Amino acid sequence: MNDLLNSLIELIRRTSAEIPDDVQQAILASLEQEKKGTIAQSALQIIQRNIEMARQKSQPICQDTGSVLFYVDCPKGFDQIAFGEAAREAVRQATKKGYLRQNSVDSITGANDGTNVGPGAPTLHFHQHNSPEVRVRLILKGGGCENVGAQYSLPVEKLKADRDLDGCRKVVLDAVLQAQGKGCGPGVLGVCIGGDRATGYGLSKEQLLRTLPDRNPNPALDSLEQDILKTANELGIGPMGFGGKTTLLGVKIGAVNRVPASYFVSVSYMCWAFRRQGVMLDTTGRIERWLY
Amino acid sequence: MIKLTTPFSEDKIRALKVGDAVEITGTMFTGRDAVHKYLAKGGALPDGVSLRDGIIYHCGPVVLKEEGGWRVVAAGPTTSIREEPYQAGIIKQFGLRGVIGKGGMGDRTLDACRENGCVYFHAIGGAAQVLAECIKSVRNVYFLEKFGSPEAIWEFEVEDFPVVVTMDSNGNSLHREVFAASQAELAKRV
Repeated sequence: MNDLLNSLIELIRRTSAEIPDDVQQAILASLEQEKKGTIAQSALQIIQRNIEMARQKSQPICQDTGSVLFYVDCPKGFDQIAFGEAAREAVRQATKKGYLRQNSVDSITGANDGTNVGPGAPTLHFHQHNSPEVRVRLILKGGGCENVGAQYSLPVEKLKADRDLDGCRKVVLDAVLQAQGKGCGPGVLGVCIGGDRATGYGLSKEQLLRTLPDRNPNPALDSLEQDILKTANELGIGPMGFGGKTTLLGVKIGAVNRVPASYFVSVSYMCWAFRRQGVMLDTTGRIERWLY
Repeated sequence: MIKLTTPFSEDKIRALKVGDAVEITGTMFTGRDAVHKYLAKGGALPDGVSLRDGIIYHCGPVVLKEEGGWRVVAAGPTTSIREEPYQAGIIKQFGLRGVIGKGGMGDRTLDACRENGCVYFHAIGGAAQVLAECIKSVRNVYFLEKFGSPEAIWEFEVEDFPVVVTMDSNGNSLHREVFAASQAELAKRV
């Protein structure tokens, strides 16, 4: 239990304080792109300096350490209950050390007991697989970007979005337009076409587990991802909504089946402070390697 | 780069324009969702908190208790638009000259800025370490028990805190401009 607990605290620390390599590359590339002397450029310079400081001080990149979302790929017979207990204790301790903000509020009373643990917090998703490997991935998803996610029910008449991939394109771009800088762009979109209201949103976040440079194996979705990314970056929203060339760093789209009556497009917006990390654990719970 | 120190005079604030890069030195008080609703519903400011000619910073910092005081671990801005229902009234009632946040605010706040001599200063979202470094000390905290740490009123002494004016006291808003321009660009592409 101790090894697992320590591994999870370290996973939380690193996720909170160190931006993953793929996101760092994308931010540096967009810094190169922005016009010199603009407030868009200076925003990205401050972002870059912030990334370096957070890593050096082992302190949160962003003070909104967000919802703590664990995704665990585990073998048959894995003890999910014990894992859940370790995860909750890791969150408590990471909060005491300042790796996480005291971020969990009772929705009925408004009380914040400071532990960061409560009903629904942290969130644990378990996916059982035919492999002995235990992979634990973590996303810290801030509230600001969460608030600019959106779920569309097609057709959407005012956007002329019908029930097809072109309709999906229109509503996803609408979500980017409405978000402006409020999600702390340049952001990354996770999108799910299909599902119900719950699974649609849930799976849209799982798209954020993909790496930025990866390509969608489905050609229609790959083409849609590339097109939306390019188009979004032509809108001129820019970092923080200051106007500029980089509005999105990536678009990741998945699709699942739907019932005939429903056609949901669920869009999760992730901020530039894309805190996503993962570890492969050995049988004692120690970290074997990092996943990003 | 314009350097300003609190308390702010009306003249200095009215001279600011959208796009100006400013560094702020002096005192700021944090206040976000719980505080805005509380004040708007008639709640009184605690003794020791004065917003007149000063700043409210939309921020829920990460602060650790240490020997003899507090250490700010992370302190970037939160999204301001949630306070739109309350901000104009608070600017007017308490004489605020600066609101710091991110993502911008709406027309009611913009009008209150023009009427009262106030501006919206945009801090870089997620720059929690850069901004925490500008916070030289925590003078006090109010409503810690009542609202919890992220929603409390933290009193910070800051030095050269970097912000950009995105809504000035003359009715100009970068957010309105960028929205209109991006909307027009999108219309050409769908």
